Amino acid sequence: MPLYILKRFIMMIVTVLIIATLTFVLMRAIPGSPFDEERTSNPTIQANLEKFYKLDQPMPIQYLNYLKSIVTFDYGPSIKKPNESVNTLLARGFPISFELGMATIIVAVISGIILGTFAALRHNGIIDYGAMTFAVVGISIPNFVLATLLIQQVAVNWHLLPPATWSSPKHMILPVIALATGPTAIIARLTRASMLEVLTQDYIKMARAKGLSPFRIVARHALRNALMPVVTIMGTMLAGILTGTFVIEKIFAIPGMGKYFVESINNRDYPVIMGSTVFYSAFLVFMLFLVDIVYGFLDPRIKLHKKEGEV
Amino acid sequence: MDLIGQQLAYASSLENAPTKKEHRPSSGIATEENRKQKKINSQEIMLSVRDLEVSFKTFGGEVQAIRGVSFDLYKGETLAVVGESGCGKSVTANTIMGLIPQPPGRIRNGEVLFKNQDLTKLNKKALREIQGVDISMIFQDPMTALNPTLKIGEQLMEGLRTHHKVSREEAKRKAIEMLTLVGISNPEERLKQYPHQFSGGMRQRIVIAIALICEPELLIADEPTTALDVTIQAQILELFEEIQRKTGVGIILITHDLGVVAKIADRIAVMYAGKIIEIGNKREIFYDPQHPYTQGLLNSVPRLDLQEEELKPIEGTPPDLFAPPEGCPFAARCPFAMEVCERVYPATTQLTTQHTVDCWLQDPRAKAVLS
Repeated sequence: MPLYILKRFIMMIVTVLIIATLTFVLMRAIPGSPFDEERTSNPTIQANLEKFYKLDQPMPIQYLNYLKSIVTFDYGPSIKKPNESVNTLLARGFPISFELGMATIIVAVISGIILGTFAALRHNGIIDYGAMTFAVVGISIPNFVLATLLIQQVAVNWHLLPPATWSSPKHMILPVIALATGPTAIIARLTRASMLEVLTQDYIKMARAKGLSPFRIVARHALRNALMPVVTIMGTMLAGILTGTFVIEKIFAIPGMGKYFVESINNRDYPVIMGSTVFYSAFLVFMLFLVDIVYGFLDPRIKLHKKEGEV
Repeated sequence: MDLIGQQLAYASSLENAPTKKEHRPSSGIATEENRKQKKINSQEIMLSVRDLEVSFKTFGGEVQAIRGVSFDLYKGETLAVVGESGCGKSVTANTIMGLIPQPPGRIRNGEVLFKNQDLTKLNKKALREIQGVDISMIFQDPMTALNPTLKIGEQLMEGLRTHHKVSREEAKRKAIEMLTLVGISNPEERLKQYPHQFSGGMRQRIVIAIALICEPELLIADEPTTALDVTIQAQILELFEEIQRKTGVGIILITHDLGVVAKIADRIAVMYAGKIIEIGNKREIFYDPQHPYTQGLLNSVPRLDLQEEELKPIEGTPPDLFAPPEGCPFAARCPFAMEVCERVYPATTQLTTQHTVDCWLQDPRAKAVLS
């Protein structure tokens, strides 16, 4: 196990490094510079600014500086907001985005699994058809469309929930619903499909022959085996949700990372782009790693390591 | 042999049944059987299946999987239910066990009497009090019958802990005892392992241990050796015999393997197209089969002692159970079929105290005509 974790850790670093390099190359390949909008500034000021942010240096040197900033986790100040460093922006924005993302994933996983399980247990019944209709609708509607619909109906027309910002648990409900509907639908479908398969297995029949209660059979014998496909897509789904938060944050005026991220790209605010990209990719790669570990717990047949004497 | 010759041979066998005995196998079984037979005769009926009819709804219509099955099981005996694929063996087992999914399954008629209760009428909760406690089941394929994600210790103990509120230590002690009984060494360590760490034969032993942990009175084994190597099969069969000797459990053994039957059965029920067409003790069925289907079944088994003889398959296929024939379902394949066979299902004829057969040839009225 420790050897496996070490290997995975090295791979994670390599992955993040590749992402960081690609980001660097791509950003510099886009025409424009952070100072385009400041028309008034004269060439001298421009040159000084570039010198201050070390943008006058040759690309390889800039790249090395950039790598150094990644390793030291110090991206320096933002270009557009000179009195704030990238780290403070991350410290301010990320927890909010993280909260939104995690709330979404928890809601999606729990409701998706419950929905999928009941659909499978009542196969071809009303619950099944209801859940699967919801799933098709949920997968089809983009989250930003759902978000605007929710704001219009629930917040504006019915005055039930606040339409925007992020200050109380009440404010979380609409954005989480908007963001979680799609993933819930996908998880429900997956859970249903694999649950239907698992329920026909001999070991389920054997569990019934033992005289166990239906709840115990589902919870203990079926669910764990049925969840493997769900865990598999969790990794990519997490990426989808985290990037999805950017759009939803914009719609609900949530002060998370999304706002800074989008702005920074528009403004060519290199330190912010680099800092947030590297941070997000590192976070995602780590989540994928956790997913792999969870596999091993769910199914003992998947060996994350090789002991001596075992095949 | 031509048809007429066969018929003649058959007719003579009706008059003087034991003529065929000479080339039926081994003498060792007989004495042991006699001993067992006495024991069983003196004992009471533990399970009684009466006129059981089960059908399944499918897109193509209703399949009548069992069409009136009746038999008794005595305490401590092994009853083998044999027949070809699709004859209703497993459905019978699953119905007794209460594992028929309804729908699509439907118990149309009949009763399964066990401890003065009709198992087919019990509600699910009451049934769960019997499943795994009084009646246990062993499944065909040990590779799939164990949950791959749970340690075998947990799978062993959960039945015990669900039905008898025992402590974890007590359950563990019992689990170790069961693993020892089924011949698994290092039981304490083995409890912590997962099914994939065991071989097929070992897994079947574990499945048997799970079935026995609540000390059931009746064990239903649905083709318990079909998925195993021949060498392992013998070991598992010996294990069954040993367990029966130690615990006195009654066994219903579902199989299509007549070799298995010869080894451990006391009585044999032969099923065809959802009916028990012949039932009797082992010697009666093996040495003195009366139903043409039973005879065909025995003839289609390879024999080592008769090298020249070719295997004789039963020609044709079993009837369609969507629309089973009105008369004897075997009539279409039976070399001795008469007109009456196709029209009316034969009544059950009592040949000896234990041996009954559903065949017009054995009907007292038909026999008079033949002789």
